[in-house]
This record gives sequence, structure tokens and C-alpha cells, in this order.
Amino acid sequence: MSRSATSSVTSKIIVYLVLIVCAIPVVFPLYYAFVGGIMTPGDLASYPPKLLPTAIDLGNFTSALDTIPLARQYLNSAIQTGIVTICQLLSSVLAAYAFAFLRMWAKTAMFALFMVTLMVPWEAIILPNYLLISDLGLTKGPLTYLGLTLPFLAHAFGTFLLRQSFLQFPVEVRDAAVMDGCGHLRFLWRILLPLSKPAIAAVGVYVFMTTWNQYFWPLILGNDDQYKTLQIGVSMLNDAESSSPTLILAGVTLALIPTLALVIFGQRFIIRGLTAGAVK
Amino acid sequence: MEARATRERGPTGERRLSLLYLAPSLLVFAIFVFYPLGRTFYLSTMGTDIIGRANKFVGLDNFTAMFGDPGFFKALGTTALFVLFTVVPAIAGALVVVLLLESRISGQRMFRTVFALPFAFSVATASVIFALIYNPAVGMANGVLSYLGVDRIGWLTEPDLALISISITTVWMTLGYNVLVLSAGVGAIPTEVVEAARLDGATGWRLHSRITIPMLSPQLFFLIVISTIHALQSFGQIHILTKGGPDGATSTLVYWIYEKAFSYGSSDFGTASAAAIVLLVIVLVCTGIQFGVLERKVHYR
Repeated sequence: MSRSATSSVTSKIIVYLVLIVCAIPVVFPLYYAFVGGIMTPGDLASYPPKLLPTAIDLGNFTSALDTIPLARQYLNSAIQTGIVTICQLLSSVLAAYAFAFLRMWAKTAMFALFMVTLMVPWEAIILPNYLLISDLGLTKGPLTYLGLTLPFLAHAFGTFLLRQSFLQFPVEVRDAAVMDGCGHLRFLWRILLPLSKPAIAAVGVYVFMTTWNQYFWPLILGNDDQYKTLQIGVSMLNDAESSSPTLILAGVTLALIPTLALVIFGQRFIIRGLTAGAVK
Repeated sequence: MEARATRERGPTGERRLSLLYLAPSLLVFAIFVFYPLGRTFYLSTMGTDIIGRANKFVGLDNFTAMFGDPGFFKALGTTALFVLFTVVPAIAGALVVVLLLESRISGQRMFRTVFALPFAFSVATASVIFALIYNPAVGMANGVLSYLGVDRIGWLTEPDLALISISITTVWMTLGYNVLVLSAGVGAIPTEVVEAARLDGATGWRLHSRITIPMLSPQLFFLIVISTIHALQSFGQIHILTKGGPDGATSTLVYWIYEKAFSYGSSDFGTASAAAIVLLVIVLVCTGIQFGVLERKVHYR
């Protein structure tokens, strides 16, 4: 008994050690971004690099904001992400409701059509989308917001996930509500949505993260620095000759804050959204 | 009032209403998925002028030009290597982490959050940080080597090393997602199965190799397909870290498409569209494999 207890303590210590060794490279880039962002340029540029700052320098954040219109680009990303998240939720809720509760012509074929859109890789259709958006003049000035968001106002993933959630809803309850003269929109808004908050949150968080983190599309779309998104701004910091590593890391830290908060505080919604297809 | 209510609830009215509810999604898909899909095929048969406007029908010339370009085959090879270097280590690493987390230790939740953290990084933020880590003069990667007494390495400038450096970044970025998926999979294994095996004396590696890993096969399979598709579509880390270099060593299929279309003012949308069709076919084959296997699993159950 005592021998097996000792060996289980030993094995637990080994498990902890291995986990900690695995965790170091996983956490390091995050540590580097946050600590590097407040280091003095001298500290970070020394070789071999210092792991702890000898002095704290918050000036990097202000010079990051000076080098590139990061504040403006933060706003651009917020507008882009806000429009896409809200519209995608609306279009997905409506479509999911139709698939889950309404009679429809050729329902199976229609659902298959939605699923087909999930199989087309965005990179394979990005060129004609670019041509279309630039022909419509949506790559200049404030119209860039339309160019950034229009192709993503609907996505079959949200419809798919919400439909699964709506199908769990007892049909009798809906029938009773409709029987009592409750219209479809009223039922959707007053009864179904409040009861589907976890699924809505899962889709919302997922759409927010993927939109906030977009790179390829905003990269080819943006001509004017004033209408570039934060992600493009951060990568421009990296390319700018004048920027020091500390300044780049300060910019990265600023860009990371919203998504990091979501991963730490909204993890259960992320897990639900991400694993929707993986766990049956 | 009565008539309106009946009409709304009648089968035809409901079918019309359902179309109305689908309309926003259908409109977006028609304009930004199906029309561009058709236009990709159209463009792949057209020659383009210097600003990328289709100006004449050239039949299969773009495909002939693409298949005659050694750069294209090099890009395909690089893509295959990139898939291999990213998919296998990221899934194997996540599996090890998840199995270790299953050893009934305290602090599971904290470790799970720690391993999920990279998920907060976008391709841009992760790549910019790794660009600094790989920086030959001040980067931490060479810093660690210097403690070990090894000379500085050009992580992103050595042709043989650059793709591996980009793969390391990509593995780091995708590990968190794989951990989340596999953790959810472990959570879905019925406790009776594990308890029964434990009663039979299976512990540690034996328990995992006979019970946990086989029970995770749906999630592992899903991850292999999804990660392969994601790797095929990777762009940002290559654009930020190496711009496809040195000397095309990290130019994957998607990066090759980007260069044909947008780089050096080449605006060769015809050839780029031909390559986009190749990408589409490869991704569809991967998806087809996934559906084929899932179908078979359902039949065998």
C-alpha cells in the first residue's frame, strides 16, 4: 500500500514537471510580449536578451501609438468586428430558425447548399472577391468598412451551430406558443433567444475572434493607413524601419487585450463554439 | 385578422416565410461565395492585362503555364512539407498534454487555460512576436542558444531552416485549439468505461493506449482533417515572417497565389485563379475523405 502511494506521489511529481516544461514555451511568447512591452529598448536589445526588466518604461505604448495610427486602427477593427458579429448573428439566427422550425421547399437541398459554402476555402475565392469589392469602389475612404465586412455578413457555421441548439427546443412548447397567437418573430425574440443564450454567446465569441484576427482580406483591401485594421497596423510596426522591438511588443500587447480577455473569461463559450463539429 | 393569421400559419405561407428568413444568408452566399467561385473558373481561362483585367480567352493556357512553372511544383512540395511539419507535432503535442492532464492532478483547470492561451493570438500578433524571437541579433531563440554555447542561427534566412521556423510558430498557434478539442473529447468518454478498465488493473500508459486514445479517435481524426485544411490555407505567418523567402523556400500554394496576383505588380489573376482551383480541389478532397470516413463509421456502428 505504502509502496504504491509513494510511486503515485513520484508519478504525480513527474507529471507536474513535464506539464511545466511543456507550459514554458507555450507561455513564453505571451510573457515576452507583455514584459518586453514595458522594458527599456536597451534591456531588450542586449544580447543575450534579458528575461527581467531592469527598469520599467511605459513610453513604448505612447510611441507605438505615435508611429502608426494604432488608436484609429483599433477603432477600425472594432467597427469591422462589431458589424460582422452583429450581422452574422442576425442572419444566422433567422436561417437557423427557418431550418429548425419552419416548413420549407427542398429543405434538405437548401441545407446542403449552406454546408457547401463551408467547404469552399476563402483563399480560393479571395481574388474574385477582391475584384468585386474594388470594382464597387469599396476599397477607398470610409467605404472600406463595407469592403471589410460585406463578404462576412452571413456564414453557414453560425447557422449550423444555432440550428443544432434550436432543435433541442421542445416542439410542443413552440406549437403551444404559436397556437396562442404568438407570431414567429415574437416567439423567436421573446422565448427562443433568451433560452438559447449559451449557443448565441458561443457563435458570437467565435465570430468576434475570427473577425478581429483576420489578416489576408484586410491586407489586400487596405490602401489608406487610416482605414487599415489593427492586425495590419501591428504587422506594419514590424516592417517599419524606425520601430524598436519594445515598441513592436507594446503594439502587440495592445492588440492582444480583447482576445486574451475572451480566452481567459469566455473559455467555455469558445470551447462550445470550437468543438461543435468535433464532439457529437 | 383571422384570415391573416391562417395565411401566416398555412403551409405555403410558412414556406414563403422560411425563404424570407433564409434570404440574408442566401444573398451573401450568392454574391460572395458562389459568384466568386464561378468567376475563379472563368478567370482561370482568361488572359489578363497589366492591371489584372481579363482581356482574352486563352483556354487552358494558364494551366499549361502553371504546370510548366517549376516554382509551382516547388510551392506544392513546400505546402506538403508545411502540412507534415505542423499537423503531426501539433496533434501529438496536444495529445500528450491532454493525457497528462488526465492524471487526476490538481490545477487541471489552470493548466488547461495556460495551454489555451495561444488561441488568443491572431496570426499577425503571433507572427510579429516570433519575428522578434527569431531576430538574429537580439532574438530570444539565439539567446537561448548562446546560453548553450551555440553560435547564432539565421532562423528565417537559412533556406533549410526557414520553413521549420514558420512551422514552429504555426504549431505554437494551433496547439491551444487541439488541446481544447481533445479535452472536450476526453470529457465525453463515459466514466464507466474508464472505471471498468481501472478495476481490471489498467493504469497509466496501458489505460491510455487501450482505452483513452482509441476512444479519442473521432476527435483525432477530426483534428487531422481540420488542421490539414488550415495548414493548406496558411498565409499570414509566411507573409509576416519570410515573405515566401529565402529564395522561395517558404512559398506555399496560397502564398504562390498571392504573389501571382498581388506581388511585384504582377496582377496575373489568370494563373493565380488556376492555382486557386488546385487549392480548391485539394481542400475538397480532404473534406471528402472526412465525410467518407464519417459515413463508414455510422454504417459500422
